[in-house]
This record gives sequence, structure tokens and C-alpha cells, in this order.
Amino acid sequence: MTAEKMALAKAINESLRTALDADPKVLIMGEDVGKLGGVFRVTDGLQKDFGEDRVIDTPLAESGIVGTAIGLALRGYRPVVEIQFDGFVFPAYDQIVTQLAKMHARALGKIKLPVVIRIPYGGGIGAVEHHSESPEALFAHVAGLKVVSPSNASDAYWMMQQAILSDDPVIFFEPKRRYWDKSEVNREAIPGPLHKARVVREGTDLTLAAYGPMVKVCQEAAAAAQEEGKSLEVVDLRSMSPIDFDSIQASVEKTRRLVVVHEAPVFLGTGAEIAARITERCFYHLEAPVLRVGGYHAPYPPARLEDEYLPGLDRVLDTVDRSLAY
Amino acid sequence: MTVESTAARKPRRSAGTKRTAAKKPPGSQPDLVQLLTPEGKRVENGEYDAYVADITPEELRGLYRDMVLTRRFDAEATSLQRQGELGLWASLLGQEAAQIGSGRATREDDYVFPTYREHGVAWCRGVDPANLLGMFRGVNNGGWDPNSNNFHLYTIVIGSQTLHATGYAMGIAKDGADSAVIAYFGDGASSQGDVAESFTFSAVYNAPVVFFCQNNQWAISEPTERQTRVPLYQRAQGYGFPGVRVDGNDVLACLAVTKWALERARRGEGPTLVEAYTYRMGAHTTSDDPTKYRADEERQAWEVKDPIQRMRTYLEDSNHADEGFFAELEAESEALGKRVREVVRAMPDPDHFAIFENVYADGHTLVDEERAQFAAYQASFADEGEGK
Ligand SMILES: Cc1ncc(C[n+]2csc(CCOP(=O)(O)OP(=O)(O)O)c2C)c(N)n1
Repeated sequence: MTAEKMALAKAINESLRTALDADPKVLIMGEDVGKLGGVFRVTDGLQKDFGEDRVIDTPLAESGIVGTAIGLALRGYRPVVEIQFDGFVFPAYDQIVTQLAKMHARALGKIKLPVVIRIPYGGGIGAVEHHSESPEALFAHVAGLKVVSPSNASDAYWMMQQAILSDDPVIFFEPKRRYWDKSEVNREAIPGPLHKARVVREGTDLTLAAYGPMVKVCQEAAAAAQEEGKSLEVVDLRSMSPIDFDSIQASVEKTRRLVVVHEAPVFLGTGAEIAARITERCFYHLEAPVLRVGGYHAPYPPARLEDEYLPGLDRVLDTVDRSLAY
Repeated sequence: MTVESTAARKPRRSAGTKRTAAKKPPGSQPDLVQLLTPEGKRVENGEYDAYVADITPEELRGLYRDMVLTRRFDAEATSLQRQGELGLWASLLGQEAAQIGSGRATREDDYVFPTYREHGVAWCRGVDPANLLGMFRGVNNGGWDPNSNNFHLYTIVIGSQTLHATGYAMGIAKDGADSAVIAYFGDGASSQGDVAESFTFSAVYNAPVVFFCQNNQWAISEPTERQTRVPLYQRAQGYGFPGVRVDGNDVLACLAVTKWALERARRGEGPTLVEAYTYRMGAHTTSDDPTKYRADEERQAWEVKDPIQRMRTYLEDSNHADEGFFAELEAESEALGKRVREVVRAMPDPDHFAIFENVYADGHTLVDEERAQFAAYQASFADEGEGK
């Protein structure tokens, strides 16, 4: 079979289907994941084909969903749970942070917690509050959790396979505003490692590092900059915990400038960690301080203001210009 | 639960009979408090009649008017969403009696903690319906001052507000006041830990709070059976306070039962759980597609229990309202629809700097710094524009 074009949401659906097929221990759990197929239809048709014992509609209780997934994992299952929206993960935050993340260490490595927590995240869809947030730093900060986010259908397909196969808990952030974007998925390709960053556009003047929904914005920014004669390299991080600093370093050693872009607030965010590490590693290579573009230290605003809040082409390019001006 | 006697145990099912009637556990509540049948006939209820005994014909017409106007407002909002004026709408269609009955049972000094669908309760509290639309249009994340009508902001995170309600009620008790609190939530919310914890706290501290659960049978695609194996009102028993199930499509019964519960709270007798048994006639929200998970026949079966038609029949049969009243109300309803439409269309987008407003009460240097950067960035566009 050759590559097919599919939407990111469909790629995750296909990936879950493949995993359910391959391993009877894989379970899908969450609110509305069954008949409805999830509010974004990511689990569409799975309950019909795999039954209610494998694709489990849960009560409306996030702590319950994650807490029972931990128990199921202790019993040998591999639950893939869906949190309906980013803002609703917090009732489960206690279970994720105080239990899921630490149990492997507490048990001297004798137990494994292969739980995947899928969270549609980020803004740009005009939703009401609690439906547009980017809380990835809150999870990446916690040791014991792996945190990833695909930016395109192919990564979505493969990274989900890898997350399910991982013996560690993985927080899988799905860029909801990219759910309907289509790209090629080759099911026979051999994917790169789950936590390896990838250069998605080569360039020489400056590196843009991003993940999830912002990769596309950065690619567009790089295309726009090209017209002005600037050559920008775009690195898709793919993983926020661990972060592939080696790949970023390699790019920055080439371009000598770095701008990190994410939707989440800049303050104490993923970009702060990258700026600190890259400054340490590449101090003598850098021509400008590492700059960040992201959300403000303010609650995610109402839909009519999200265009001002979210990093768009102009804000990215403005920051690129600031970096190049050093 | 009942304990079956071990002696003389009978087979569960004898040939021919499918099921024997389940014996009610001792002390259980009547199944469904009803004062108006679906056909609009007034039925007696020894326990709750007293709470509507002195209701005047004018008040009865008022309840009907509230329901009609609320439905009209809701329909207008739904069509405004379809026209792209609102980003989303959560319709209350079918739940008017539960909301108006309970809302009209509250006193001015009571405090209401709603979820995101309580447009009828907001109406009873005197919140301008137009204010409810800002958040669904995407111009704000709230839209009103909760203290001006003792009506808290809509809460989207399921179940959270039941704890706020309980804490507020604990405060009332500490102050020695005789107000009460009412917390709204859905059948789905009953699964949340926060709701269980609010039951625990309110019982332990004997808080003057009424938990008003609108069991509209669905939590998006999940039926109530996916949340609970016992009728919801029976949950209260395990926490040590009374639970009662009321016909949620019967505005009189909802009024009476809620009054009873609020008065208990005022007397210092603690919390009550009211389960209003009703039905969500439409989609969960305008983004939902109920055809994926529920049958048409179900909706049809509930249509005949419509809360508004039921009250109209009663008003007509008892000569409490004449044609003139209904005609006038129709005109009023049209006017409300028109006003809502105009207000929404004229609703301006917020100022860009609203992002940085009210992040802190005391101010914050980081916010100030980011606001200044934002201003400089915005100004750079303005300059470019002028240069051209
Ligand atoms: C904590 C949390 N989880 C999930 C959601 C998404 N969600 C919004 S409404 C809803 C169903 C709520 O059902 P119910 O409590 O019965 O109230 P209803 O909407 O039927 O009135 C869900 C799952 C949410 N808002 N909050």
C-alpha cells in the first residue's frame, strides 16, 4: 500500500484502529467516544467494530477516567483515554500528576503504566472558554510523563502507534484546529523515534522551533519570509518531554538564531526551557538572544479576541525581524 | 437497598410473568411529584400542595409567561447561532418548567449557581437575556456582575459550581442569615467527584443549599444509565439528606418542591437534592448531532409532555386566562425576539486590550509589561497604515 492523503483526525482514528486490531489489551475510554465517536469524531466507528468492551463510554468524570485507566494498566491493559477538551483535564490532574506519573518509580520499576491520555488542545476554532487552552507545560514539568504533539496526519498516525506501544504514560496533545488538515500518511514507512524533532523546512538565516498547531504557522511564516529574501529553517519539536535539544542545537549552530513559537503563555512555558538550554549549549554560536512568541499572561480570551492572542504570521515575522536586527 | 429474607426465597421470575413489581425500599420518596398531569389536569399532592395553595391566577399566568418568553429567547438564540451571530448555543428547549418553577421559588436574597443552560433561571433572577449571549458570541467569558442579581456566572467545567454553592451556603450559615443557595447541574454532572464532594460538605456542615439536578436524560451522547444505576434523587440518602424526584415538565410541581427545599434550608435543616425529571428536546448544543445516538421516537414520546402546552391547557380549563392574555403574550414574545436579535447584532467586538484587563485585582508587573509590548506591536501597524 502506498501513501494516502487523510485528515489529521482520521489518521488518529486509523492509528487507534490499527492498535485495537493488533493488541487485544488496547482499550479506548472516554466521554462520548462510543456511538457519537467523540465530539471531534476521532473515535468514529471504533465502537461499532470493536464493541463496547474495547471502546468504552465512560461516566462524565475525568478523575474517574484516568484513575480507572491506571487500574486497568496495572492489570495489563493499555488504555488510551480521551479527555474531551484541554480545559477539562484538570479534574484528572491529581490522578495524572500524583499517581500516574510517579507509580513506576515508586514501585522500583516493577510496574509499568502504559496509559495514553489524548487531549484535543489549543485555540483557533472560535470556542467558548476552557476549549482552547494549551496546558502542555503543566504536564512537561512533571517527571514520569512523556508529552508529545503531532503537527500533521503522518505524525499523528505514527506517533499514536508509538505512544500506545510506550510503557510510559504519554500525554498526547492533539492540535484540534489541525484536525481537518489533510496530508500524506504512509502506513508502511518506518517512523523516526517518538521524541525526535524534525526539520520540516531547511533554511540558513534563523531557526523557528514549534510544535503542534504552530508548525503550520511557522511554515507559512518561512514561506512569506522567503519572498523577502530571508531563509528560515523550521523545526517541528514533536515532543515536549523529552525535548530533542540535539536537533535544535544542530539547527541553531547552522542558522545562529532561534525563535520559539507556541500558543501557550510564554511565561514559564516550553519556550523558556528551550531558550535556557540553547543559550547554554550554543552561547558562542548565537547572534541574537533566543526569542519567544506565544500567549500572554492572561486567561485565554473570548473567541473574538483570539486572533490577537494567538501567534499568527505577523507576530512570528515581527519577532524574526527583531532577531535579525541584532 | 432492601435486604431479601433468606428464608422462603422465591424464584425471581415465575413462568409466564416477566417481572414482579419491585418493592419500594422503606423510606423511599414517591417516584415523581406531579401537580399538573401532561394533559393539564391539576392533581392533588398531600405533601406539596401547601406550597402552591395561595398562588393567584396572576402568578399562574406569570409562570406561563416566563416559560413562553424563555422559549422564545432560546429559539431566537438558536437561530442567531445558525446565522453566524453566535459561536455556540446551549438550548434549554423542553426544560422551561424545571427552570422557571425552581427559579420563581427563589427569594431575592438567595444565591443561584447555574451551569451553562440556565437561561430560564437567569430570566427569573432578572438578568437581561442579552447579557447571556456575550459569552456564546465570544465577546466575553462571563458577561454580568454576579452580585447584581445574586446569579453567579455560567460554569462550563462540569460540576465545579456545586462546591462553590456549598461554600457560599456555609458562609450564609456562619453569618446567621436565613437566605438559601440553589445549585444547578445535569444528570451527567452527577458523576463528577466535585458533585459528590459538595454532597459530603453540605451534609457535614448542614449547609442551606438546594441541589437542583435537571435530569434531561442525556449528557451529550451518554444516557443517564451511563452515569448511575439508581435513580439520582436516591443518591441523597447515602449522604444523609432528602432527595426528591419531581416532574420537571410540571412548572407548578417544580415551584412547590423547590420552595419546600429552600424553606427547609432556611430553617437550618440542611441540603436537599431535587431531581427534576425532564428532557432535552434539542441537541446538546448547536455543535452536537443527536441523530448519531438517539432515536426520534424518544423525542416524540416527550413532546406530548411539553411543559408549556400543559400549563396552557390548565389556564384555559380553569378560566385563569383568556384569549386576550395569550394574544398579548404573543406580541410580547415577538418583541423580545426582535430586541434580542437587534442587541446581538449590535454587540461590538471587545477592545483588544480587554485581554489584559482584570487578570489581577491588584495589578501585576508581568501583565503590565506584556500589555505595553502588545500596544507597541499594535501601534507599529497603525504607523505603517499612515505611511501608505
Ligand atoms: C469537566 C468537564 N468535562 C467534560 C465537559 C464537556 N461537556 C460539556 S457538557 C457535557 C455533558 C453534560 O451533561 P449534563 O451534566 O447531563 O448536563 P446537560 O448538558 O445535559 O444539561 C460534557 C461532557 C465539560 N464541560 N466539563
